[in-house]
Amino acid sequence: MKVVVTGASGALARQVVHLLVNDGHDVLGLDRRPWPDCPARVQMFRVDMRKRPAEDVFRTYKPDALIHMATVTYVSAGSEERYRINLGGTRAVWDYCENYGVKHAIFVGRHTVYGAAADAPLYRNEDEPLMAGSTFPNLADLVAADLYAGNSIWRRPSVETAVLRLAYSLGPSKRGTLANYLRGPKVPTVMGFDPLFHFMHEADAAMAIFTSLKNKLRGVFNVSGPPPVPLALLCRIAGCRSIPVPEPLFPAILGRFGFSRLPKGSLNHIKYPVVIDNQRFVDATGFEASFDEIQTLRAYRWP
Amino acid sequence: MLTHLIHEEVQTRLDSLDLDFNAYGHDPVGISREHLGVFYSMLGFFYKQYFKVTPVGLENIPPTGRAMLIGNHSGSLPADGGMVMASLFFDLNPPRYIHGMVEKFAQTIPFLSSWFSRIGQFTGLPEHAIRMLKDERLLMAFPEGVRGIGKLYKDKYKLVRFGTGFMRIALKTQTPIVPFAYVGGEEAFPAMFHAKSLAKLVGVPYWPVPPYLLPVPLPIRCRIHYGEPILFEGDGTESDLVIEGYVKEVRSRIAELIVDGRQALGEKT
Repeated sequence: MKVVVTGASGALARQVVHLLVNDGHDVLGLDRRPWPDCPARVQMFRVDMRKRPAEDVFRTYKPDALIHMATVTYVSAGSEERYRINLGGTRAVWDYCENYGVKHAIFVGRHTVYGAAADAPLYRNEDEPLMAGSTFPNLADLVAADLYAGNSIWRRPSVETAVLRLAYSLGPSKRGTLANYLRGPKVPTVMGFDPLFHFMHEADAAMAIFTSLKNKLRGVFNVSGPPPVPLALLCRIAGCRSIPVPEPLFPAILGRFGFSRLPKGSLNHIKYPVVIDNQRFVDATGFEASFDEIQTLRAYRWP
Repeated sequence: MLTHLIHEEVQTRLDSLDLDFNAYGHDPVGISREHLGVFYSMLGFFYKQYFKVTPVGLENIPPTGRAMLIGNHSGSLPADGGMVMASLFFDLNPPRYIHGMVEKFAQTIPFLSSWFSRIGQFTGLPEHAIRMLKDERLLMAFPEGVRGIGKLYKDKYKLVRFGTGFMRIALKTQTPIVPFAYVGGEEAFPAMFHAKSLAKLVGVPYWPVPPYLLPVPLPIRCRIHYGEPILFEGDGTESDLVIEGYVKEVRSRIAELIVDGRQALGEKT
């Protein structure tokens, strides 16, 4: 099978590409960033998803499937750029899929789109509304992209679409949203709050994405591995130096005194949990994580 | 860190509790063995020494599997829920853990929020109740709600209106209901009137004031009478009329258990 992987140079995407290649597939990698030592069966194209060269790849190679991982997760990117890449890019690649006969498309999204709030249920299933647009406005573009891909399930019936909402991934690459937050050197937490954090080993996350393609999933699925862990314990096992800070002092300390800079609005996501129920995904694929929560944190551990 | 605060008996009983702790003592919904140990150690003092609670009918608690324990609020301080937890921990063999449901505002209060989460007391949402029951856990609910703890001493043991949400959840999840009565709480904290301004200032629904003015319960003997489980037939989509009939049945059973409990207390005091 010929598979397009967008954002192929990313840490998690590379692992997905390796799984595809090892399974005998030909991979067309699309990314603005280079991947110099990519496997031999991977053709890399340094393109912008919304531009003609990206469309040319679909037109020329007529791929069978798409795994869309070209979304920006770092919140330091400007709002306009995030919308351009995340929503505009998603729309463009689903257009290409429909126009050039791609049979199956997977959108790799994040579980944080559910949003963190005091009155939300602990475990979210796929029917829960996506509240991150109001609880954490910087994620509004990811919510829009998730919903756009979700709408494609019925708007573009010729393309079998699966939307995956992945828990945070952690692992030896030390990359990703949660890894960035934990990088420190000091990890600020909100004094008096210790929310559960839901994460999975990056190898399991890659395997889950690969499994979705193998099973030709259609629909929206939460994807997680082991049970969630309270933030204080997570920091302890991961070897991070967490410092509880009274909430009113947060604006004054972020970006100073060795604390990382967190975007405004992210506070809810370190006060309240976002935990997902992955039963639908397990039922559809039989997926079972290989790493438990302790092994995952030890694989990530700093230094 | 808190291990030194956990009593030896509590440590032993925690080992046979029906919770699946990981290597760091946390279960899949975030309950911490250590926090639970400290909490049970504190409850143990009130359960055994302070209120000297006598549980009756513990054989009605299923040794495994889901059940909803439905009871009356007794007294203006919500000690009843804690004492039910303690009775299932200290006097049931093997002990069982029971989830309670707390008010939404509790999740926004620093420290209280994390403590409730670590001891498994979640916000009172139907989603939480259904998940815990499908997970074959025990769940405790007081259908009188906040109205129940707002009763004054002159209205003691008069059951106020019951909410019906618990019944629809029980039917939907095919969960047996174990009715129970908590008696003694009204005498332990006799609310003569409510200080409304103070309650508004603090942000709580009621601020009950006993004759001795201090917001502390008296060390008075209490009893918990558990009734036989009742399994209602249905799937939770029944009309309000049907549901209200079922709720009335549970309410009547609790009222009978209250009478039994009060008679037993009268004989001994």
